[in-house]
Amino acid sequence: MNYRMSWLLAASIAIASPTFALAQDVLTIGVRSEAASMDPHWTQLSGDTQVQEHIFERLVGLSPTSQPIPGLAVSWAPIDETTWEFKLREGVKWHDGEDFTADDVIFTYDRLRAGVSGAPASPAFQLEKGGKQWTKVDDFTLRITTEGPYPTMAEDLAMLPIIAEHAASGVEPSVDFNTGQAAIGTGPYMFEEYSPGSQITVKKFADYWGGEPHWDQVVFRPVGQDSARLAALLNGDVDMIDYPPTIDIPQLLEDPNFVVSTIPADRLIYIIPGYKHIEPFITDAEGNPMVPNPLRDWRVRKALSLSINRDAIRDRIMGGASLPAKNIVPPGFFGYVEGLEADAYDPEQAQALLAQAGYGDGFNVTLHGPNDRYINDARILEAIAQMWSRVGVTTEVDAMPRNVFFSRLIRGDELSMPGFDVPEFSIALTGWGTVAGEATYTVSGTLETYNAVTGGGNGNFGRYSNTEVDARSVLAKRTIDNDTRRAILEEAITIGMEDYAYIPVHFQVNQWGMKASLTHEPRTNERTRAMDVRRVE
Amino acid sequence: MTEFIVKRLLQALLVLAVMTVLVFFGVNVIGNPVYIFASSECDQPCLDAIIKDLGLDRPIWEQYWVFIGNLLQGDLGNSFTHGVPAMSLIWQRLPATLELAFCALVIALTVGLPLGVAAGLRPTHWTSRVIMGFSMIAFSVPIFWIGLIMIIVFSVSLGWMPAVGRGDTVDILGVDLSLFTLDGLHHLAMPAFTLSLIMMAMVIRLTRAGMREVLFSDYIKFARANGIRERRILTLHVMRNILIPIVTVLGMEFGGVIAFAVVVESIFSWPGVGKMLIDAIAVLDRPLIVAYLIFVVIMFVTLNLITDIIYSLLDPRVRLGGNSS
Repeated sequence: MNYRMSWLLAASIAIASPTFALAQDVLTIGVRSEAASMDPHWTQLSGDTQVQEHIFERLVGLSPTSQPIPGLAVSWAPIDETTWEFKLREGVKWHDGEDFTADDVIFTYDRLRAGVSGAPASPAFQLEKGGKQWTKVDDFTLRITTEGPYPTMAEDLAMLPIIAEHAASGVEPSVDFNTGQAAIGTGPYMFEEYSPGSQITVKKFADYWGGEPHWDQVVFRPVGQDSARLAALLNGDVDMIDYPPTIDIPQLLEDPNFVVSTIPADRLIYIIPGYKHIEPFITDAEGNPMVPNPLRDWRVRKALSLSINRDAIRDRIMGGASLPAKNIVPPGFFGYVEGLEADAYDPEQAQALLAQAGYGDGFNVTLHGPNDRYINDARILEAIAQMWSRVGVTTEVDAMPRNVFFSRLIRGDELSMPGFDVPEFSIALTGWGTVAGEATYTVSGTLETYNAVTGGGNGNFGRYSNTEVDARSVLAKRTIDNDTRRAILEEAITIGMEDYAYIPVHFQVNQWGMKASLTHEPRTNERTRAMDVRRVE
Repeated sequence: MTEFIVKRLLQALLVLAVMTVLVFFGVNVIGNPVYIFASSECDQPCLDAIIKDLGLDRPIWEQYWVFIGNLLQGDLGNSFTHGVPAMSLIWQRLPATLELAFCALVIALTVGLPLGVAAGLRPTHWTSRVIMGFSMIAFSVPIFWIGLIMIIVFSVSLGWMPAVGRGDTVDILGVDLSLFTLDGLHHLAMPAFTLSLIMMAMVIRLTRAGMREVLFSDYIKFARANGIRERRILTLHVMRNILIPIVTVLGMEFGGVIAFAVVVESIFSWPGVGKMLIDAIAVLDRPLIVAYLIFVVIMFVTLNLITDIIYSLLDPRVRLGGNSS
């Protein structure tokens, strides 16, 4: 180990001085969150997948804006209402030289179906969605059947990393992947070392089907502290960092030695109003709960939206790195509605709307939210509270760590209905990431009426319910034809958002800071990958 | 001595039992880890499946019994986040924290003792005021601030020191240590110094106070009257007597430093157990939190025991067990 480390050191010194153009070209990335496991089926958290993506690939890849592109499958098409056929790529080698075939895909599926016990974030728990059944037609053809029409098959498969049957049969989950024994993939980089808390290294796989990778070695170093991560970039410990602190972005932009790459993220930050007849955290001047809950009136919701100065939040809090929104998926995503513009700041109209709805004297709300989950979340909460208070809705903020927040957001009031998810908050700020690059599941998750059986509205924590949206959401989930589905989704989104089902604030913007000698193609899905980084010639 | 140790161990078991109850139930009150881990696509049947898989659907006392049963077999469970046994994670990370704490202790003693002696010998001299001022600052300024300032000055502006992480390691008896490589020491310097500051301040103050007290005691006056050289008085008679409170306090403090070097480890991205604990709490990785806290209890009990033994070696008047007759 020591030998390898000194090698690494020697290599990095050599790279620092261009006259010593050495064989080893190493990229060191300082990342905010560490990969917790090398087992690609252990979690789907971004910090884990971004490292695993170097080693393991999926049947369907994702473009920088999260649209499906060929991965280990070269093409796919529905052959009838309930069957998809996938053609696999031929001539793909595993890192140990074996050939990749359909058997590996079936093996991967079987492993997931059996479940990865003890892994609460495993994709195994969503595998059964649509009742998928996988069958091998020949070595390079697969069929997947579902119970009903299932349009988002490619998006689903873009979440399932394929592992090698010969390397991962009967191994212990997580443990044997962390040692590298089972961490045999088809990706451009091979497992080299996993040293928790310290670093993860992968090295070039010269036989990669997509051509020779650009870096000889890639080192991921977890640096959780924002300012320390920036310091590591500034003093040259690392070549590139994710999530540079927003407050320091202007300084980075001015420095000729560094560049910043930017792209809107798939993560929408929004405010969920509660729709119960009486909400405990919505009170009148005397502190009594109001009947009916004023948030049920769309004019009140619109007023709350109009009174948020999104540009000020972007410029003063986010360091310019946010995209004010009314859409629920970012530009470039399937289902993005052109012309659905973020509400402009208009406190007068907000007050007029409140008066029209009969709340001219205002009321009191407690706005809940996390303080360690989204970029600058606590500061956004405070800013919004001030903006609302200015138009007469006296707002108190209750920010809490995410480990408390999400339990209460989703199931905080469980005692009123044991065994069911009953949200607690009356109005709360949270975020939603459209990982799949496709709005079907975002519409179904956030706009559809909550239904524990069908899974509709599983992220609808305000319990918004609108039959017009529901009808379209359910229809979209059964519509295979892309153009038709897109039209249905756009309708559903427009209806829901014009009704202020919830109040979007902005899309986060992903940023990376790196040495000026590098160029980076950023990704909407927040992943930091060496494949997207090149040296400037 | 044996009787004392046996008694102590029995007490430790009791403490441990109480701790498991407190920790286990305490951690369960915070929130439900399932909602942190599950993806947003996870609907209610999926959530229920996860809850069942983790055994969280069972009543809490039943979970506790399962936990105790496994604990008695030496199994503290697997981490939710990492999927590997919680204890293996702790062992993996402990050397980094231990060497950090050890270096901090060495720095605190090698710098703190001489400064404290100097301050104690000439309490009114200006140097002693400077020293006491320094100890006051080291004591009261938050260490995360000091750490960040050190990074900005020594890493970013001057470029002398690496900003984050641990350096090269060598394998010594199966443990990876960075203490014995140049690069390792280079990486260790700033975090160890930052971590040592509070201990150092304490050593300075305790030494000074001890000096003031001991220097005027009868046996020192007597030794001086006997014509013993001042250096011998200081190193043998004075030191030996002022070390007792210092050892006691440092013994307790050292445990705290190991257990909760969280701040320093977070700032310098030191791959130690403190940082691991913070990460575990953030995502409610219950098995890891519980395993770590139980490990800390065992460590504290052991350290206190060791302190007591050293104490008795330093001062033969102290008889362990309190039975002097």
